[in-house]
Amino acid sequence: MAEPITVPTPQQIIEPALAGRTETMVLNMGPHHPSTHGVLRLVLELDGEVVVNVAPDVGYLHTGIEKTMESKTYQKAVVLTDRMDYLAPLSNNLCYALAVEKLLDVEIPERAQIARVLLTELQRLSSHLVWLGTHALDLAAMSVFLYAFREREQILDIFELVSGARMMTSYFRIGGLAYDLPADFIPTVEQFLAIMPSRIDEYEDLLTANPLWLERTVGVGVIDAQSAIALGLTGANLRATGVAYDVRKAMPYSGYETYSFEIPIGKNGDIYDRYRVRIAEMRQSVKIVQQATERLRELGPGPVVTPNRKVAPPPKREITESMESLIHHFKLWTEGFKPPRGDAYVSIESPRGILGCYVVSDGSPKPWRVHFRAPSFINLQSLAHMAKGRLVADLVALIASLDPVLGEVDR
Amino acid sequence: MDNQTVLAALRAQLGKEILAVSEFRGDLSVTLTPAGYLAAAQLLRDDPELAYTFLENLCGVDYLGRKPRFEVVAHLTSMRHRHRVCLKVGCDEPNPAVPSLTPLFPTANYQERETFDLLGITFTGHPSLTRILLPDDWIGHPLRKDHPLGDEEIAFSFNQDRIYARKPFARE
Repeated sequence: MAEPITVPTPQQIIEPALAGRTETMVLNMGPHHPSTHGVLRLVLELDGEVVVNVAPDVGYLHTGIEKTMESKTYQKAVVLTDRMDYLAPLSNNLCYALAVEKLLDVEIPERAQIARVLLTELQRLSSHLVWLGTHALDLAAMSVFLYAFREREQILDIFELVSGARMMTSYFRIGGLAYDLPADFIPTVEQFLAIMPSRIDEYEDLLTANPLWLERTVGVGVIDAQSAIALGLTGANLRATGVAYDVRKAMPYSGYETYSFEIPIGKNGDIYDRYRVRIAEMRQSVKIVQQATERLRELGPGPVVTPNRKVAPPPKREITESMESLIHHFKLWTEGFKPPRGDAYVSIESPRGILGCYVVSDGSPKPWRVHFRAPSFINLQSLAHMAKGRLVADLVALIASLDPVLGEVDR
Repeated sequence: MDNQTVLAALRAQLGKEILAVSEFRGDLSVTLTPAGYLAAAQLLRDDPELAYTFLENLCGVDYLGRKPRFEVVAHLTSMRHRHRVCLKVGCDEPNPAVPSLTPLFPTANYQERETFDLLGITFTGHPSLTRILLPDDWIGHPLRKDHPLGDEEIAFSFNQDRIYARKPFARE
């Protein structure tokens, strides 16, 4: 590497400026700024319109989720995971559930596994639709936003059908799902699948060859593969540099190894390649959802939660007939279950990159420590590396292309 | 790549620095001395056979009542071999400190700042170890087990002087 990679702090930019040692101007962008996608403050050091240095200042949405989880039982902490990355709550549910299931070493029924894959891929589609809409909006392409939100609404309706909530689903529980999929689930998903591929073509018609879009994105915000790995960049941002690393292929979970899909990669690592990679990813997600729907239909009805009564409560109707079930139900909701002592780390491919969950158990019903490797938080570090020497207007496009969710950055 | 190969490579170079090795649900964790922790990360990254070039996760845990009290946990991933190794290093009060991985992996920068902010563990060699999620004048490190989880007193006219006396950041 020619130049060592540095990640500046806001203080490092502000202090020399306040002391009057610099010729440059320091400007605050945010925390309330439409292009920061939440509550993100950027401290910019500018030489005219050119960004000399930039440091994100995060923490405005810190709610202490990791600390709060330590005071909840394992099942009750699931709801907190929804609130981190609010554009992909199901991915967060899945990551946390997988980590605790690894501690417990429980088997998940196949129907639940398929439903998890299906719903997280729908989640990826809905999250990428928000990214696409807001990214285009930041670059003054208003109509894409309206198109993208039309389809997103349909996906949210599916989530509502399944879990009763559009955003804060808490649908994946430890050991499987919260409850079974409704009867009209498969037809609704198929209805959506019938239109989605043509809708992706529509977005591409609006942007892929649009000269204004190309001018703003091609060759802007470039990062090479080596620096991207060093900075911990993951997800579509990493794959746009040409590194074909996707956890779904590299270390498969929930049965991803049995689905056929490809990992789209880019070449130049610029904003345009990130756009192409995410669009291609949406097409792959549609493919996975199609396969999962077929499997679900073939499999037919079945259990959606582990039969291990020490982990998941028995069905309600059993409680009225069996004393044992009543005891299990009572013990689970008053006391919770006790995983063996140890620690487990699980990572999944969330829409934003590698989402990791590290859980430490001390043998009690409450986690001793839960830590999330938040992809948005870590991806933000590369902002300075990519923005230096570029214009302020490019920075707006750059933030959108990284696709950070501030709820996850600050947790 | 499997756990035994990595462990053999670490043992050959840093046998004396390894304090404990554990395998839980197929995942390898190696506990090292502070010097061994840095050396192991460097070895895992630079050995072309191993190629653990990606620092996936870094966080701290407070094991109150245990010696040493704090533990820093780093997960290194080899994208080529599709394998992950967990390195652990302990540190104790009054001044918990471990070597920083930021010079080796720039991605450790924010993660170490977060660990410093929430747990009060110092990373020696970090270029800019400041608070990141909490305000700069926050008192204490909330993820420590002896930090209370509870409600916050709301300031009214009658009690604001008393509350603000111990919370200078609230006045901004």
